[in-house]
Amino acid sequence: MELQRQKHLVLILAREFASNLSTPTLVMDADGNLVFYNEAAEGVIGRRFSEVSEMALDDWVAGFEPRTLDSEPLAREDRPGSIALEQRRASHLRYLVTSADGVEREIEVTAFPLFAHTDEFVGVVVIFWRD
Amino acid sequence: MPLRLKIWGCRGSVPTPGPDTVTYGGNTSCVEVLLDDEAALVLDAGTGIRALGLDLVGRGIRQIHLFLTHLHLDHLEGLRFFAPLWDPDVTVDVWGPRSPVLSLRERILRGFSPPLFPIDFRDVPARVTFHDLPAEPWRTNGVSLSSDLVLHPGPTVGFRLEAGVLSVAYLPDHEPALAGIQGRSPDWVSGGALAAGADVLLHDAQYLDEEYGSRIGWGHSSVDDAVAYRRAVGAERLVLFHHEPERSDHGLELLEDRARELSGSDGPAPELAREGMLIEVA
Repeated sequence: MELQRQKHLVLILAREFASNLSTPTLVMDADGNLVFYNEAAEGVIGRRFSEVSEMALDDWVAGFEPRTLDSEPLAREDRPGSIALEQRRASHLRYLVTSADGVEREIEVTAFPLFAHTDEFVGVVVIFWRD
Repeated sequence: MPLRLKIWGCRGSVPTPGPDTVTYGGNTSCVEVLLDDEAALVLDAGTGIRALGLDLVGRGIRQIHLFLTHLHLDHLEGLRFFAPLWDPDVTVDVWGPRSPVLSLRERILRGFSPPLFPIDFRDVPARVTFHDLPAEPWRTNGVSLSSDLVLHPGPTVGFRLEAGVLSVAYLPDHEPALAGIQGRSPDWVSGGALAAGADVLLHDAQYLDEEYGSRIGWGHSSVDDAVAYRRAVGAERLVLFHHEPERSDHGLELLEDRARELSGSDGPAPELAREGMLIEVA
């Protein structure tokens, strides 16, 4: 007997948590797929969540041309979401992006890993702090 | 092979003996999965397990597998009065959800020692072993059981039993509405994989909708949400479980009427779980 594929309960709760926040928030699963973003994040992303399918967070972030505050390209491994996903630790960084409306913006991003048990990594929450 | 279950307790939160609860019973959660062999498979150890224990002794059952959805007292408090524990020839395997903090044994034994109980667990004569619920389905004698975390305060699981193409889902303490039931794809619904297409769904229906508003986050469902959940997961027969302690037999029947009204002609009419009820899926 094989259960149908199901999101981990912690991800379901993270989605519910995010959907009630006015702060742009993304939820990524343990494989690095962007599985949910809230209404506030839709303003940053420029597309409704219901219009997109699950995608790798890296692919999505790359579309925003993340750069350091010196306008140098921000390496993938230095992005908070990647750090939380691969090193499984919290990370926070201020950097530049070009939003969906073509405007360059300075944003702060916090990412932290979700562990259902100490040895059970289930995903990452990414929060965008806007001025 | 049919799936057969017997309900030994279906009351929620606290036992409610008395003249107002004689039809549906006052014992807390305990369900036996009837097997055609020398072993017993039991879901939860509410006070209903006391009478089950006496029955198992009478049937000469010496091997018992007890699966706990969680450790709230109404699912555990009968264990101390489970007669097979006091027989050195009995083997009991207790399975329960993992906790990030303490082992299952440590958590259960808190309530199985002074000052909460006069006898220390080390003096229990039966051979008792505690296990974290397995990640993979557990199988015995043609029946398989799988578990998954569901929405309820603290580590809590629901169970899905299967025998061939037949299936029963047991989610006695569950508040899926907290994360959404309708308008979500099934993989985002709490317990959705456990309950998907089940022939029988035993589901929490503790509250009337007008009661639920002041109890959001307590871990239980309104009857409206139980009916909506059955519809969302595509289960067939809904058995309303975990009865509100304050609800009399008559009150429960009104709740059942409400469930049937909400269901309309959509599948079999929902029905109340009651002590002694036999459920057969064939």
